[in-house]
Amino acid sequence: MAAGTPISSVRPDYLQHRPIGVLDLGRIAVAALGARRLRTGLTALGIAIGIAALVAVIGISESSRADLLATLDRLGTNLLTVTPGRSISGERPTLPERASSMIARIGPVQRVGAVEALGVTVRRTDLIPAAETGGIAVIATDAGLLPVLGADLAAGRTLDSVMERYPTVLLGSVAAVRLGLAANDVGNLVDVGGKWFTVIGILKPLPLSPEIDRSALIGLAIAEQLFGATGSPTTIYVRVSEGAIADVRSVLPATVNPADPTAVAVSRPSEVLAAKAAATSTFISLFLGLGAVALLVGGLGIANVMLMAALERRSEIGLRRALGATRSHIIGQFLTEAVLIAGLGGALGAGLGCLVTVAYASSQGWLVAIPWTGVVSGLALTVAIGAVAGLYSAVCAARTSPTESLRAA
Amino acid sequence: MSAAIELLGVGKEYEGWPPVVALRDVDLVIGEGELVALVGPSGSGKSTMLHLMGTLDRPTTGTVRVAGPDVAAMNDSQLSRLRANAIGFVFQQFFLLGGESALENVADGLLYRGVDGVARREAAHQALQRVGLGHRVRHRPAQLSGGERQRVAIARALVGRPMVILADEPTGNLDSATGGELLELLLELNAEDHATIVVITHDWDLASRLPRQVEIRDGRIDGDPARVQPTGRSKLDIGLQSRSETPAATVGTH
Repeated sequence: MAAGTPISSVRPDYLQHRPIGVLDLGRIAVAALGARRLRTGLTALGIAIGIAALVAVIGISESSRADLLATLDRLGTNLLTVTPGRSISGERPTLPERASSMIARIGPVQRVGAVEALGVTVRRTDLIPAAETGGIAVIATDAGLLPVLGADLAAGRTLDSVMERYPTVLLGSVAAVRLGLAANDVGNLVDVGGKWFTVIGILKPLPLSPEIDRSALIGLAIAEQLFGATGSPTTIYVRVSEGAIADVRSVLPATVNPADPTAVAVSRPSEVLAAKAAATSTFISLFLGLGAVALLVGGLGIANVMLMAALERRSEIGLRRALGATRSHIIGQFLTEAVLIAGLGGALGAGLGCLVTVAYASSQGWLVAIPWTGVVSGLALTVAIGAVAGLYSAVCAARTSPTESLRAA
Repeated sequence: MSAAIELLGVGKEYEGWPPVVALRDVDLVIGEGELVALVGPSGSGKSTMLHLMGTLDRPTTGTVRVAGPDVAAMNDSQLSRLRANAIGFVFQQFFLLGGESALENVADGLLYRGVDGVARREAAHQALQRVGLGHRVRHRPAQLSGGERQRVAIARALVGRPMVILADEPTGNLDSATGGELLELLLELNAEDHATIVVITHDWDLASRLPRQVEIRDGRIDGDPARVQPTGRSKLDIGLQSRSETPAATVGTH
C-alpha cells in the first residue's frame, strides 16, 4: 500500500462484477487437494481402478481383434473349401474325380488344390501301436496345393512334382509337434501306413486351414501306388478373385457335382475368424459392465469425500463468503475440486489401462491397439462423474449461510 | 464526514421457538475514517451486529446501509460483490488457509474482486509490509505466532482498501501484550490511512483505548457518547432514530 494514501480514498464501483479466473479456480482447488494428499490420492485411486479396468478391457479386446483382422488381411478372405456334403440318403458321398479340373475352368478361380484323405496312419516308428495315430491324418495331394493355401515352410523343402512320386512326407505344424519332430529333424524317417517315409519339410501354421496343420502330406502318385488312392478328392481348396467370391461360391456345387449339387458343401474359412473377431467384442460387454460398476463406486467415493469437505471446511466457506465469494464461486470451487480428483484418477487409470493393454498384447504376441476412443471417452466420463458427484456437496456448501459457516468454527 | 455504515431502526430475530430477539431497534451511524469499539458482554448481540454490518446477514426490520446502498434491496451476488469491494473482515480465529503462505492468504483478500494475480501479490506484499510482516511473506500460518497470524488477517482485510474493516474480537485469542500491539496497529491504520474500523469486543479496557465506544446490552445500544447524526436522512428516518434514543451514558475513557 502506497504510504500516505488514505485507505478509504479509493472508491471502486462496489457492485462491479468481475468473474474469477479459471486459473484461480484451478490454483485454489490444487492447493485444497494438495493439503489433503492422502485423501485425494485414495479417492482418485477409486476412479483410476474403474477407468483402468475399462481401458484395459477395451484395449485387450481391440488388440486381439486387430490381430485377428490383420491375420485375415494377410491370409486373404478369398479361400473357399469344397467338401462332400450329406446326400439325401445320409451316406457320406465323395467328390467326383474330375472336380478339380471342373472348378479350374470357372473364370474367377485363380488356383485349385485338392487333397484326398487316406485310411492310413503316420507314426514315429513301426514300434508304436497302430492305434496311436495322434489324431494326425495322412492326406495325398500334389504340388499345386501349397500355393493355394499360401502355406510357408518352417523347415525343409516342399512337395514338388518330383518328390511327390517318392516316399516323402511333408508335416503340418501340429502334426510335427505330435510326432515329436522339430525343424532339425527334417530328413528323419517316419512310418506311414507301414512304409518308411522321409520327412522333407514342416509347414508353418495355417490359421485358415487348421486341418492341414494336423496332417501329414504325401504325394498323390506314391499314394496311388502304395495305398490305393482313388483320385477322388475329399477336400478341394479354391482361391477366387476377391470381387467374385459370392458368385463362385454359388456355382461351385453345380460345377463339382452337376447331378447332385446338394451333395457338395462349400465353406469360407475366413468367416470363422471373422466370427471369432466379432465374438470377442460381444464377450467384453460383461467386463465393461464390471468396469462401470467400479467407476460408479469411485464416483460415490468422490461424492462422499466432497460431502465431508463441505462439512469440514465450513469455516473456509464462511471466510470466502466474507471475502466476497458468491454462491456460484463456492459451487465453482467445489466442482473444480471434484472434477480435478476425478480427472486425476481418470488420467492415472487411462495410463494404467494402456500399460496393461500393451503388456498383455505383447505377451500374447498380438498387435497392440491402444483404444483411443476408450481412453478419450473414459476421461470424459470421469469428468462427468466428478461433476455429478461434486454437485450436491457444492450446492450444500454454497447454500449454507455465511454466518452459520463462520459460527461453526 | 459521510457515513460508512448506517443502521436505522434495525431489529434481528432468529427463528425458532421461542424466537430469539438478538437486536431491537438499533440506530447507529459510523462515519468514514472512524475507529469505533462495539462493546458488550457475550450474548448482547454484538456479533449479530457485526454480521449485519458485514452484510453476511439481513435484518428482520429496519435498514442497513453499507458504503451507501441499502442491503435489503440487494441479492446474494450483489451482496457478495459489496463484501469483496467495500468490507474487510478480521476474525477472532484468524481463518487463515493453512495450505497457503502469508502472501497468498493476503492476496486472497482481492481474489473475488477479479484482480489479476500479479497485482494481487504486489498489493499483498505492500499490505504485509504495512502491518510489519514484510519479512514473513513466505511463511505458512503454522510457522507464525498468534500475533503474526492476526496481522496477516488484518493485512488481508485492508489489502483491498475497503471502506470499512470489521474486526470481531481481534485480540480474543492473543495474550494481552500481543493484543496491545495489535491495537496499536489498528490505531495507526486509522490515524495514518484513515481506515474506517469497527472493533467488536467484550473487553472494556481495550474499548477504552479507542476513540469511540458503542455499548450494546440485550440487543440495544446502551451508550454511545459520540453519536453521529445520520446524513441526508428524511424526517421520517430522523423520527425513527429519536424515538429509540436512549440517555447517552459515557462509559470508559479515551
